[in-house]
Amino acid sequence: MGKLMLGNEAIARGAWEAGVRVISSYPGTPSTEITEYATVYPEINCEWAPNEKVAAEVAFGASMAGARAMTCMKHVGVNVAADPLFTAAYTGVNAGFVIVCADDPDMHSSQNEQDSRHYARAAHIPMLEPADSEECRAMTALAFSLSETYDTPVFVRITTRIAHARSTAQENPREDIGLRAYEKNPAKYVMMPAMARDRRAAIRTRMTKLSEDTNSFSLNRMEMRDTSIGIITSGVNYHYAKEAFPEASVLKLGLVYPLPMALIRTFSKKVQRLVVVEELSDFVREQIAAAGIAVDVSSPENKLGELSRNRVRTELGSPVNMTPTIDYVTRPPVLCPGCPHRGAFYAIKKLRLNVMGDIGCYTLGALAPTRSIDACLCMGASIGMAFGAEKAQGKAFSRHNIALLGDSTFLHSGITPLLDAVYNGGAITVAILDNRTTGMTGHQENPATGKNIYHEAAPEVDFESLATALGVRHVRTVDPYDLTASVEALREETDRDTVSVIIFKRPCALLHKEKKPPVLINDCRRCGSCMNLGCPALMNTDRGVQVSPGLCVGCGLCQRVCPVGAISSEGDMV
Amino acid sequence: MSEMRFNLIIAGVGGQGTLLAGKIIGQAALMASLDVKISEVHGMAQRGGSVITHVRAGQSVHAPLVSPGEADFLLAFEVLEGARSAYFLKPGGLLIVNTDRILPMPVITGSVPYPDDPLHSARSLYQVDEIDAMSAAVLAGNPQAVNMTLLGALSVKLPFSRDIWLGAISLSVPGKTLDTNLKAFDLGVNR
Repeated sequence: MGKLMLGNEAIARGAWEAGVRVISSYPGTPSTEITEYATVYPEINCEWAPNEKVAAEVAFGASMAGARAMTCMKHVGVNVAADPLFTAAYTGVNAGFVIVCADDPDMHSSQNEQDSRHYARAAHIPMLEPADSEECRAMTALAFSLSETYDTPVFVRITTRIAHARSTAQENPREDIGLRAYEKNPAKYVMMPAMARDRRAAIRTRMTKLSEDTNSFSLNRMEMRDTSIGIITSGVNYHYAKEAFPEASVLKLGLVYPLPMALIRTFSKKVQRLVVVEELSDFVREQIAAAGIAVDVSSPENKLGELSRNRVRTELGSPVNMTPTIDYVTRPPVLCPGCPHRGAFYAIKKLRLNVMGDIGCYTLGALAPTRSIDACLCMGASIGMAFGAEKAQGKAFSRHNIALLGDSTFLHSGITPLLDAVYNGGAITVAILDNRTTGMTGHQENPATGKNIYHEAAPEVDFESLATALGVRHVRTVDPYDLTASVEALREETDRDTVSVIIFKRPCALLHKEKKPPVLINDCRRCGSCMNLGCPALMNTDRGVQVSPGLCVGCGLCQRVCPVGAISSEGDMV
Repeated sequence: MSEMRFNLIIAGVGGQGTLLAGKIIGQAALMASLDVKISEVHGMAQRGGSVITHVRAGQSVHAPLVSPGEADFLLAFEVLEGARSAYFLKPGGLLIVNTDRILPMPVITGSVPYPDDPLHSARSLYQVDEIDAMSAAVLAGNPQAVNMTLLGALSVKLPFSRDIWLGAISLSVPGKTLDTNLKAFDLGVNR
């Protein structure tokens, strides 16, 4: 009957079955669990890399040196890794090299929604798209043999509803794939103009062959039924289409790049009306239309967000009433009770600073009541944005503007922009919220936690020395629970006319659950000072602010901001 | 549910243990030889936001998502979240709802009130079964076991044997918490 597996778990399983030896990744929802699950297999050497570019390079190096290797990332991670990937398409591989990219239609946990299928086409890298956990397992394993057969990196593309859906998958034994020899081959692996021109031609030869071969691959399959409508689809959309129109004929694509155009042409001739059911963009439809095959125009509206059975039905002319509802008060995510970021935000608010924000739990500081983040673009962008703002507005601007980012985000993409600001004479202040983990993605280790992906001891980067080595002359570390010191540090460092770094260091409250008794409130004067902290354990009532004892972890921040001493902890009374 | 097929939504607040409940129901369905699909929410919403898990079981299941108006059951860990997701239920569907109220940030800051009776309109459209799962979980020895009490209440509505439920639970929770979890589950079964 198989095992109930998360799509991500099944991908790890498929990689193990295919004899994979190396996986290097950077965490990112919805891809994170693949690499975490892979750590249970002793035959696979897993690691968290500082970012996706490094991860892709490590996996590529392992492939070149003869080991089947994989790197897994979210869609925006592919942007970071794009540089090595585009050229890895030129070199091709030694042992199989697979890149898993996880798109997030509807942006459940992302800053944008991009369609990674365009990367496959732009980089000339074949792309598989599984539709459930069993296909995740089987197609990941298949990706490695395709990679070796066609001498190319291969993408496996998933979306949130595949990555974070559970369905049954089989469990097969691990293939006995030996380590290939390392061979010097500069014509294949040294990409400079003369060699690269030859390899560019090799790409064309390879893709021409694959474009023909894919027409007979069993992973692209026709399911012929009623021929009045024929649906071409892939991934989770296949299942929406099957439920929306159980009687329709379907061409399910397993390889979404390159397209099996001869098979598509055959299918189109068998049906009266041809439609493509796909999310995010008209990637498949446009190529079919360009090949001169008559295909329905799609609704631009349906390219926003994720599809569903009802949206597919509505688009294809059988409208379904999809409106819920009553508008209930929303429940946005919040910083947890005891979150150390809250202390830093208190100090920022107190000084009324502008904040160039970044990607992590602390992005939630943009929401009420904190409302302290002015911009969030991509990993590490806070520092470059702050320096750019200074260039636009003049140095005085940096006296009330800071860059704010987490420990893992700083190591991912914050070092080079900090170097830029120092090198080019900036006056920005960078606040690193060092909570000793990669928080938002579910607490992964990183080079600053002192542990590797197996939670074994590892060298720990020292932020102060790192910043100093880059040329930052004013570096200090403060405890964000010490509000006075936090305010002081921000005031002094923003006043300088050179670059400063402040490290707000305290572990994530979810990792260090030394739960203290909840605080007590007596004689609240309802001034609202504590409510500005945005703590989910405090609530405004007619009788003044009250504490939810089940939520409060006794961090004492509210106690420190209360101007009339109305908040106490049990410890105080002893 | 004559042909052993059901659609279920679990609604709650990130951090409440909704993922585990979905996994256990899915595991139970699998042990009863049904095809299963579960869709979960990981990432940002798990930091105290609204979270929904979809569970679908039957002879053959395609989409991992339940369509609005087609859920047989809604297992709600919090009142407002139960009301918010009630539109997933089919007419007359069963809403099992924990009577806990967790205030969302717009309510905490005082900008919007928490509705007096969020389930008001749901009561006329669906069967609503309100259960004080928090008290039961505390009685069982762990406030974190709310999910087990709600599962217990749901279990009597699904045609799975007690052995299947116990098997699915013991596969999914750490051994040392099994006793407490089963106690909380039984408080849901026997209330």
